[in-house]
Order: sequence, then C-alpha cells, then structure tokens
Amino acid sequence: MIEILESGPFNTVQDLGRPGYRDIGVSASGAMDPLAVRIGNILVGNDENAAVIEVQTFPFSLRFESRTVFTVTGTDGNPHLNGSELIPWCAYVAEPGQVLELKQPPRLARAYISVGGGLDIPVVMGSRSTSLRGGFGGNAGRPLAKGDRIAVGEDLEIAMLPGLAVIEPAVALHEVFPAPVDGVLPIRALPAGEHGLFAGDGEAFWSQIWRISSRSDRTGYRLSGEPITPTATIEMRSHGVVPGVIQVPPGGEPIVQMSDANTAGGYPKIAGVIECDLWRLGQARIGARLKFVRSTHAEARAIEQAVTRYVEDVRLTSGMVKRALKAMA
Amino acid sequence: MIATTNRPASRREIVPATRSRARVSSIGARSFLLEAPGDFNLIAQRRIWALSRTVRGWDDLAENIPGMTNLLVIFKETPEDPDAVVARLLEAWENAQSIDLNGKTIKVPVHYGGEHATDLPALCDLSGLSDHEVVRIHHEATYRVFALGSAPGFGYLHGLDPRIYMPRKTVPSLKMSKGCVTIGGMQTGVAMLTGPNGWNSIGFATLEMFDPTAPNPAMMAPGDTVRFLPARIEL
Repeated sequence: MIEILESGPFNTVQDLGRPGYRDIGVSASGAMDPLAVRIGNILVGNDENAAVIEVQTFPFSLRFESRTVFTVTGTDGNPHLNGSELIPWCAYVAEPGQVLELKQPPRLARAYISVGGGLDIPVVMGSRSTSLRGGFGGNAGRPLAKGDRIAVGEDLEIAMLPGLAVIEPAVALHEVFPAPVDGVLPIRALPAGEHGLFAGDGEAFWSQIWRISSRSDRTGYRLSGEPITPTATIEMRSHGVVPGVIQVPPGGEPIVQMSDANTAGGYPKIAGVIECDLWRLGQARIGARLKFVRSTHAEARAIEQAVTRYVEDVRLTSGMVKRALKAMA
Repeated sequence: MIATTNRPASRREIVPATRSRARVSSIGARSFLLEAPGDFNLIAQRRIWALSRTVRGWDDLAENIPGMTNLLVIFKETPEDPDAVVARLLEAWENAQSIDLNGKTIKVPVHYGGEHATDLPALCDLSGLSDHEVVRIHHEATYRVFALGSAPGFGYLHGLDPRIYMPRKTVPSLKMSKGCVTIGGMQTGVAMLTGPNGWNSIGFATLEMFDPTAPNPAMMAPGDTVRFLPARIEL
C-alpha cells in the first residue's frame, strides 16, 4: 500500500490509456507523457502499461507502507525520499514508512511515479487510467486526495538492487527531438482537413509563436496568439478526433486536443500534431511558447522508429544489468 | 454561466462541409478521415456503416470511429505510403454497399422548456417559430442514431426538421447540465456530461444512458431509433 500525504487538485492514476472505445464516445485518456511511463515501468520491472501516478500539481508526497521499488520519471526536478535528494529516471527501494516528496520541477509540467508491481487498481474497459470526464477508472474516477490509500501489485523482482538509471529520452533522443530555440518549443504537425480553408491565415498558423494559455488541461491546450480565421463559415458534420488534432473554434485561437481528448468534434481542423511529439506538449507548461513545424508521414515514421529502438534498448539493457547484479549479489 | 446568445444568423449558413466527392484527410500521422459526399441523410450513413464493417477486417487497423456521414480510421502504425492508404479507403468507399443496422427503439422522456431550455428563446428568434411549435416539431420526429461520440454514450441523432436547425454557439456554455436535450446544426442529442457545450438546449431528460461497468456500456448504438416523449412542457 501507499498512502497519499499531500496532493494538488489534478493528480491522477494513469497508464498508457484506454483506446478502442472512441466509437462509443470514451476518450482514451492515459498519461500525458507516455514515454516517461514506459521507461519508468521498465526500470522497476513492470509491464510498460502498468498503472502509475501522474503528478501535475505540486507539491506531492506519499508514504510507502511496505518495501517498494519505485522510480520518478518525466520530471526534470529531483524527488526526495525521507529528505534525501534522489535523481529522476533512476530506480530506488523505499523502506516501510519512508516518504517520497515531489516539488515543482524547474521547467517541465509532469512527473510519473512507477512502483514495482504497478498500482493494483481495477481495470475498467481495458485500462486503469482515470477518466475524469466519465468519472470512472483509476482512483474511483477522480483525482488523488490526501488520505487515499492505493494497493500495490505483487513485485516479483523486489530483490532487485537499486540504482538502475537511464539516460532520459530528451537527451538520448536529442537528434530526433530538437530542443527549444530561444525558449520556443518546435512541435511537428501535418496539415489537416480544413487547412485550405484558412488561406493566408494558414501560413500565419505555421509562422507565428503560440503560447499555451491558462485555460489548458489534460483535455486540451488552448493557444494564445494572433487569431486565425477561415475564409468561410462551415458547419461541419461531427466526426471522430484523436489527441493531437488542432481545431480552430470561431474565436480563432487553436485548441490542441490532448490525452483526455474529445472523441468527436466539429470545429475546422488546421493541423494534427504527430503522435511522437505529443509527450513534448504534455511536458510543456502553461505560458510556454511553441511553434508548429510542418512534418511528413515519413518523418513521423522515422521518429517513431527511433523511439521504439530507444525503449527496446532500455528494456534489454535493464534486463541484462539486473541479471548481472543478481549474479554478483 | 456566460452569455450564450447566438448572433442572428440565417439557417442558410448551415452548409454541409462536403459536396460532391468523398474526401480523405489526415489527422496526425496514423488517422484518416473519410467524408461522404452529398447530402446529410440515411443513404450516406448506411454506406458509412458498410464501410466501417469493411475496414474492421483490415489487419493494420487499430480503430474505426463512425461519425455523421464520415468515418475516422486509425491505423496501428503510421503508414509508409499515405497516398496508398487514401486510395485504399476511397476504393473501399466506392465498393461499400448500403447496409441497414436493425436497432432497437429508445424512448426518451423529455421535460421541454423550463430552466434547462436556455437556448429555446434564441431558437424561436432564429426560426420565427413559437416555442410550442419548436417543441412539437422536435418531439414529433423520429430519429436514428447515426454514430456515438464526444462523450461516453452520447448519440448523434439524425432526423431533425430543417425548420429547427440551429448553428453551434460561437461561445460555448461553460457548464451545461448532463441531460440537456440539445440541437447542434442539423443534429440533435442528449448531453451525457455536465460541462462545456456548444450546442443549444431546449429541454431536459433524466434517462441514464451510460454505465462503464456494464458489458455494453452505452445504451445507444448506431442504427437505433430514438423517440422523444414530452413528459412535461413548461413554456
């Protein structure tokens, strides 16, 4: 068991999501930074899709009730265990009664806590993710609150020695994920259905710097900037949408659908963020500046393949290291 | 709640997004949207249902989501040749035979008017009809569930009388209640969640239509018939 000692209002249980039910209106949900979840779960010896805690409002702290392997990924801030500073992207063992504390990270938006064995939470419609809109899944369909106690699954690798760490994706994959330039994050996207309807404003969409507005959450990021408007008003027939779609409501300021994306929409779509760049948006904070860069299917494939190789490499290496440590123990 | 009045607009502003040929566009790298050409009607939707059945057999497909005379298909991986995917979808569309889904009939008791009918006066202004006429036109029609989406269990209903079409709001209501009976363009439905909503509310229904723990969580399914029964009219 773990007990939540302190939490902000929007911290939830997430896994890699609940795809497959969009046709009955259920959002996939899942972590805003799925890459951090995959790596965190591998580090503690879990299936990649095990349930973790997504922390996006800080400070956050929890107490381990039994001996537990854990890691904090995604974040660029340092977690503390009973006051001792740890590094992120590294597995540790907590003893019963020890307290893990996460403070506001310096730049990034979200941290993920994975525990060996995963969070033992009922599966609803194929996933342990919290559906905040639907009020089900995760921790009784709601965010975590002080006093909540969550069961931890059986950890078959508890004997693992601590200290296993990885080079985080932003560093290991810096060639495929270009760093912000002058604080402006490049986000790659493909033109979508109604791009042509924006005429000259279509170019303004790609050339200007957008800021993530305070009216942003796990459902969508609203962007502030010079409004863009289509040349004609059309009433779209409702159609399926996925995370990454960039819709332009009548006010002219785009909305990027995120993990809790609506499953259907009707606003004109100017572009769609490629899936492998979504975690970078998920780690961008309110107020952050970004610029959309026109991409291609070929580029999206190349990035996906690089990410797959990296995750596979982490999995193989961590397996080898653990076996070697066990042999030496 | 914030002001939700629509700017005066002619019904003629509601123009279908598609006109003559099926169109395929992409949303991100592995999702493709096929939009049926022509009118917004059951004929087009029956072909969309047929297309949905066809693509379900494709090995490389992850999900397909029928919309209102359109279909979103999500592939397992980003395709190497997106043009080939577009061609394959268009070909499947050309070959899609019309099918009908034999659905059940769902009767939804509605409290028309009252505190939840926040947009009924604006609809009267737009249509030039009295509130009694709007309500009668709405409940006398028979609707088909074309697709589900937007919120868990929310059914997009076809069959709205063009006299009471009403565009979506330019500024959504921030906290419309679950159960509001709404009109969005040429579509109607019942709000499944309390929250932001750009559609126009004319009444309220209390029927529970979604249970995540049930084997079939959504009460409505594509092809079902829906009748709105005026349980109460408060004008």
